[in-house]
Amino acid sequence: MANDVLRATIRDLFRFSLSFRFGSIILMIVGVLLLLSFFSPFESDDRRVVPRNKPPSQEFILGTTGTGQDGFWLLTFAIRNTLMVSGVAVLIGRSIAVMVGMLTGYLGGKTDRVISSIVDSIIVIPRLPLLILIAAILQGEMTVLSLALLLGILDWAHPSKRYRAMILSLREREFTHTAIFSGMNAVKVVVQEHLPFLIPLLLADAVAGFLWAIGMEVTLSVLGLSDLSAPSIGTLIFWGNYHHALLRRRVWILAAPIAASVLMVVGFYLVSLSLSEYLDPRTRLSRLTVGEQIDGGKAG
Amino acid sequence: MTLLKEFILPRFAQWLIVIFVGVTLTFIIPRLSPVNPVNEALARMQMYQNIDPEAVQAMRETLLDLYGLEGSVLEQYVNFWKRVLQGDLGPSLASFPMSVNQLIGVSIGWTIGLLGTSILIAWTLGMTLGSLAGYYPNRWWSEGLEKSLITVYPVPYYILAFVLLMAFTFYLPIFPLIGGARGTAALTWEYITSVLHHGFLPALSIVIGATAHRFIMAKALTTTEKSSDYVQYAQMAALPQRKILFYYVTRNTLLPQVTDLSLSLGALFGGALIAEFVFGYPGIGMTMYTAINNGDYNAIMGVTLLSIVGIATASLLIDLIYPLIDPRVRYR
Repeated sequence: MANDVLRATIRDLFRFSLSFRFGSIILMIVGVLLLLSFFSPFESDDRRVVPRNKPPSQEFILGTTGTGQDGFWLLTFAIRNTLMVSGVAVLIGRSIAVMVGMLTGYLGGKTDRVISSIVDSIIVIPRLPLLILIAAILQGEMTVLSLALLLGILDWAHPSKRYRAMILSLREREFTHTAIFSGMNAVKVVVQEHLPFLIPLLLADAVAGFLWAIGMEVTLSVLGLSDLSAPSIGTLIFWGNYHHALLRRRVWILAAPIAASVLMVVGFYLVSLSLSEYLDPRTRLSRLTVGEQIDGGKAG
Repeated sequence: MTLLKEFILPRFAQWLIVIFVGVTLTFIIPRLSPVNPVNEALARMQMYQNIDPEAVQAMRETLLDLYGLEGSVLEQYVNFWKRVLQGDLGPSLASFPMSVNQLIGVSIGWTIGLLGTSILIAWTLGMTLGSLAGYYPNRWWSEGLEKSLITVYPVPYYILAFVLLMAFTFYLPIFPLIGGARGTAALTWEYITSVLHHGFLPALSIVIGATAHRFIMAKALTTTEKSSDYVQYAQMAALPQRKILFYYVTRNTLLPQVTDLSLSLGALFGGALIAEFVFGYPGIGMTMYTAINNGDYNAIMGVTLLSIVGIATASLLIDLIYPLIDPRVRYR
């Protein structure tokens, strides 16, 4: 049943939302590039396997780098690593956010006030300097995974406030009282009764979370603060700058990661845009007259 | 009295908590760094000359004392707050004879000039264009504007700035690569144009990014507001469209936008780290970046403290004047 709803939703989105159509096509291209990295003829750290510094040609469609790596296959690894970093970061960040949001929203009262004011303080702390500071401390020991962990730990305060607001309104609904009166404990009520309502919001939010994580990965790598031996969108740009790709007129080395990053974020943004538009009750009302799939989906 | 007790005091307490938590965090984190500023300073001094080991030891103690790094972490922490409350951010550890106050004083002017101007321009531009596009959603220009700004908005700021840098200092070299101005500071025509010339590209990059954000928000708010009854009534009364849009609709969407504006003006004291890094601009973000690279605890603390106080104060002020801007907001 849940699968049917999902399928109907995606079909609807594809049919009615231009930005979803574009966004998902872009993300599919990115996904194909990511999958191609598993079939790469070279390892990501193989140096001097192809002639160095060749401009794009039929043989090397994105040229080759100064270390003798093929630009195209390197880019597929970079996309994989960047998406992995942001994926893990989003997963960690949203898990913390959901837990904090549900806890504060459901328990309310003093617990809520204390935790909320801590969350408010954390929101105010500028994240970029903090990230740079921590990354500078960990310099040299930074791995792809620890970067993901770091980003995840810093990206939960804002979403947790949104989830809290959602749970706050759910708490006052009839079915919550019914659940409590029938003897469910707090954890069960929140997980079984409230979490399903949160999932659509979570989805749109997670997609948007990718934007931040990708941006931060690029930023930190460009400053030389991430694991520079692993190819990622940011580290490709870092090494391009390091070897003065621009001054030596080897612009393809920089253009590929820049184009890939723009493609990725625009794809994610368009999808998140269409999802939040879809979730907006006002636009949903006007859509209900269009088809009844959504209506049927909601009843199921 | 209840107003003071139930409205102002809790918000003031929140402000204190925010600053306390933020400052404590930034106090602890640099101290986990393996870079020892005293050793760094001693190494710098010994780079060109041999110094007697006893003298080195004496210098080490002097430096520890001077940098506020003697004693346990707790003592350092207490001393740190004592100093901060007197408005003294301590000596800079990396560029020693300078104090952090001086270091910030030199760079803050650049940041306020660059960031303040760009934020204000972007806000006005984004508000105007977004309101217009939300009010006339089906015109060719509004659709074109929306599509292009939606593409620009998610692009990481670094990428945007870097592409501008590539385009306008390398392929089309009409702007300088680094720096804030040429020549000595003076109120001459030459110096002022040089400031504008150097600041144009970083400002442009910030304006583009911020305008896209403001545009999307303004358009969404205007679209919602436009379907209100009073707008339809005004249209039926045949009021001029311009008047309906700017006197009624935009005014009603102003509240969240003003909040955002003052928050970003509050964030100004943190500097625009990436912009200043990319364009080599001598602002406070650059000071922060250099400080982090040199393990300059005091400078890191100083800039962070400033930016936290800035943003916390901005949000306190908004909270307090909210009911004045919008009479619909009532605090319980």
